[in-house]
Amino acid sequence: MDAACDDFFAIGGKNLSSRLFVGTGKYGSDALIPSICAASNAQVITVALRRVDSGGRGIMGQIPGHMQLLPNTSGARNAEEAVRLARLARAAGYGNWIKIEVISDNCHLLPDGYETVRATEVLAKEDFVVLPYMNPDLYVARSLMDAGAAAVMPLGAPIGTNRGLRTKEMIAILIDEIPLPIIVDAGIGSPSQACEAMEMGAAACLVNTAIASSSDPVGMARAFGEAVTAGRRAYLSELGPQSVRASASSPLTGFLGEKN
Amino acid sequence: MPAFLPILKSWPRERVLEGLDDVNADDVRRCMNKRRLRIEDMLCLLSPVASELLENLAQRAHGEHLRHFGRAVNFFTPLYISDHCTNQCRYCGFNARNKQQRHHLSSEEIVLETEAIVQSGLSHVLLLTGDARHLSSPAYIAGAADAIRHLVASICVEVYAMTQEEYALLLAHGVDGMTMFQETYNRDLYANLHPAGPKRDFAFRLEAPGRAAAAGMRSIGIGALLGLDDWRCDAFYTALHAHWLQSIWPAVECSVSVPRIRPSGSRFTDIRPVADQDMAQYISALRCIMPRLGITVSTRENAKLRDNLLPLGVSRMSAGVSTAVGTRANGHSGNGQFQIADTRSVKELSDDLARMGYQAVLKDWEDPGPPLPQPAQGNGYVRHA
Repeated sequence: MDAACDDFFAIGGKNLSSRLFVGTGKYGSDALIPSICAASNAQVITVALRRVDSGGRGIMGQIPGHMQLLPNTSGARNAEEAVRLARLARAAGYGNWIKIEVISDNCHLLPDGYETVRATEVLAKEDFVVLPYMNPDLYVARSLMDAGAAAVMPLGAPIGTNRGLRTKEMIAILIDEIPLPIIVDAGIGSPSQACEAMEMGAAACLVNTAIASSSDPVGMARAFGEAVTAGRRAYLSELGPQSVRASASSPLTGFLGEKN
Repeated sequence: MPAFLPILKSWPRERVLEGLDDVNADDVRRCMNKRRLRIEDMLCLLSPVASELLENLAQRAHGEHLRHFGRAVNFFTPLYISDHCTNQCRYCGFNARNKQQRHHLSSEEIVLETEAIVQSGLSHVLLLTGDARHLSSPAYIAGAADAIRHLVASICVEVYAMTQEEYALLLAHGVDGMTMFQETYNRDLYANLHPAGPKRDFAFRLEAPGRAAAAGMRSIGIGALLGLDDWRCDAFYTALHAHWLQSIWPAVECSVSVPRIRPSGSRFTDIRPVADQDMAQYISALRCIMPRLGITVSTRENAKLRDNLLPLGVSRMSAGVSTAVGTRANGHSGNGQFQIADTRSVKELSDDLARMGYQAVLKDWEDPGPPLPQPAQGNGYVRHA
């Protein structure tokens, strides 16, 4: 039986069958969003509150109704601003899921772990489902868990670089040590890299730039959906052990158990 | 307070010209293949030799741009609220010596202008005044921001150089960012072009973006007016300035505008040529050196050139532009600061970009604003001491 058939994972009390999260930024047209959602089979979509037009125009009008909305706090420079943006998102009717992004370095766009933990602590106590974007640092991940995060979202490489799983070893440690869904976010540049993250045991991947900056975003969304599914199936099926040397199919010590 | 002037002085003009000249094609190719470029590499990418490899440069710039900005372009529009000016900038239509009818909008008139802007779909506004503190005081500009902040997503200012305290005042009234054109980084030429008025103070203007950043402004734009001096020199100094700002205040969203001098009421003719190819080289080089930098091309350039420069690294465009005061909704007809070359409406520009596969972003900011009431279950956190 295919182990992936009933392979759900839960965040904030919601069971998700798709392990690919998608974004809404950088597209040549917001009108692509419904096709991206359909082709990728994603169930969760993140949207920067700063891009949302309260008049109902633009991005929000393009997001299919069945998608779980994950507003993000893009633009926040500290915990206070992230908290305010999260509250604005909920007050505007966009639900209680929030992806915390606290970035105070516009050159590298790396998340500020300390401020992210502070924001998580406040928002989790206000019954937000908090998914913080983070550097894959074990201690920060533990602090986020203690602060009430529903999952953690470590970066694979600096955002927007498409450079892949540069932080693979650190993400592997989080997968081993943190009993929360690990959702690899940022830096994944190709479906094979998303597949690799899933083979490692990541709960899900969030992919935006690699889809939006491709020549055929809808085709690439489909490719990522398939790659994430393939990676998850490989993880559930448990990869065979790896060796740096070839393994002989006729073992040299096989004679020891043989009868004369 | 960190200052840029010592950095500028460490790059005398001779050193820059030498750096631009001392480049061969192999240097350019090597430079373009580096994973991470340094600010010194800007000289190589701006060099005349690099212009012969412009397509390679443009390809790298396009790749960087696509990864960091995708196919989205932010729109903003200038809102001139006063053209009274005490400066005598030789190239500017607002020169105090120009005999022309001038306007200074009231709060009510500013609201009417803004409503006309919002009607066109735009929500990012750049407030502009001339340099006349007795009329367009910081309090007047703060009042203008107060009057329109509920109508728009963000307000930036392009006004005279202020003190850090004055920038803090504007911030408190809803201004998110500022733009300050140094015009030229050539100090002698600057003195010649600005014979009278407060703008003569080169250093006070030079350090204004730093003071704004220190005050807490989120977005800071700078630029040189291309055509006053050798464009390569001013392009390098602008990049150096942006790089310095970004290094000292990493939380600031830094952007560079690349305005090329246009005809105005000034009859200024002492213009150094800047070709379309030069514009392409400048934008491409900037994008390669600072992949996250905002790059703005205004309606000073014609529609065809703006469209063609876009994929090289342009992240912001002005739209629905008038460079005169009160012409959108108050029936004023006045001389603009300069002539615009791209007269497309917001919709026409958006449609043209869509045909190229790009999307106009009309809103890209949500003000975290003043503190909201704490919910009952809210548990306070320890603020920084």
